[in-house]
Amino acid sequence: MKIAQKSIKFILIVVVAFFTSVNFAAISEKNQDNQSDGGRVNTKEEVEAYILHHIKDSHDFSLFSYTSDAGERKHVGFPLPIILWTSEGLVTFMSSNFHHNDDGHVIVEKNGLKFAKIHSKIYELNKGASEVTFDETHHAKNAHKVLDFSITKSVVGVLLIGFLLLLWFSSLARQYKTQKIPTGFARVLEPLVIYVRDEIARPNIGEKHYRRFTGYLLTVFFFIWTLNLSGLTPLGFNVTGQLAVTGCLAIFTLVIYSVSGTKGYWMHMIWMPGVPVLIRPVLAIIELAGALLIKPFSLLVRLFANISAGHIVVMSLIAIMFTLKESLGVVGATGLSLVLSFFITLIEVLVAFLQAYIFTMLSALFIGMAVEDHAEHH
Amino acid sequence: MYNLIGAGLIVIGAGIGLGQIGGKAMEGIARQPEATGKIQTAMIIIAALLEGLAFGALFLGK
Repeated sequence: MKIAQKSIKFILIVVVAFFTSVNFAAISEKNQDNQSDGGRVNTKEEVEAYILHHIKDSHDFSLFSYTSDAGERKHVGFPLPIILWTSEGLVTFMSSNFHHNDDGHVIVEKNGLKFAKIHSKIYELNKGASEVTFDETHHAKNAHKVLDFSITKSVVGVLLIGFLLLLWFSSLARQYKTQKIPTGFARVLEPLVIYVRDEIARPNIGEKHYRRFTGYLLTVFFFIWTLNLSGLTPLGFNVTGQLAVTGCLAIFTLVIYSVSGTKGYWMHMIWMPGVPVLIRPVLAIIELAGALLIKPFSLLVRLFANISAGHIVVMSLIAIMFTLKESLGVVGATGLSLVLSFFITLIEVLVAFLQAYIFTMLSALFIGMAVEDHAEHH
Repeated sequence: MYNLIGAGLIVIGAGIGLGQIGGKAMEGIARQPEATGKIQTAMIIIAALLEGLAFGALFLGK
């Protein structure tokens, strides 16, 4: 059993190391290839495009890509299903049909409808059109967007992490039926659960109500934390750096504290007692805007901006080895990039925890404000 | 151009604010070491609120 666990660990480490090294190799190879073309390559632009591509969600799961000796572009990864709701109902196909084309030149025909992918968005071509034409601002003229329910890379990330969390925590819960102290990996999870309950939920929500909301706070904490950490692996998820994901989490918190708010909480917001009557409507506008717009907006933007900025910084520091290669030499640039990106990645591990903590903490604080008893003030 | 200057101003303001928060928290902890936990929690919450404001402004001004 011990040996089996050790060998699994070893295999995992090898896989991670392999992906990391191949990822870097892919970039450098691309670079060399461009230089041997004789033309001046703008490395900065290429790096920028690479980073922007990583930050965005995509319809296929690409691990890395490289240019073969024959000058052919090779992509390594796997396709994901595309699910569309079009003018004629549901259409599904695999994303490999687009052949990694992202500028609308590859047309996929399905159920008599034609589709093109432009900048990671799927367009349906109008009747009678056979290829996409663009106007001068590069907007498609004869195609329109469709409702896109595809399993994208971020959706895969959410499903994967959700499944993992379900596995970990159901095994932890099952152990309490037979023993008092959990064994194995559950022993790591138990103190974290207690930490969230005793340090975040209990002091912020209050002794009377905290049990009702601990479940939500635990879910949100572990969901954000594991997704943040998965963004630091070479798989290249950027799930908590998607506005849609953080927006949904913020809306969950908004709904929970709005629905569970006491009468006193809403009365203090709409018709503040103890204030001159003329000022009350002005205060009501400020309070309502604060509770319904600014609180969820700040939750949404903080998580999104922190994680996206972290990814951009890490990738920019890795890119130093290409952008400064001419002025510092290969060894100097690589060494500088290695040292800087190593320490920034360590800081990112801290940020991953801190952001999950702050999101949970502020959610607990907002819920605590909504459910506390106002009676003792007057 | 102007939005870049604005972004710079935001970052300067947020930096001053974070420095104030951190410095005052340090002073507080030095005066009352037994209140370290409470001070740290309050410090992190205020820093997070300030950070949300700065990011919001950067995000809108981009």
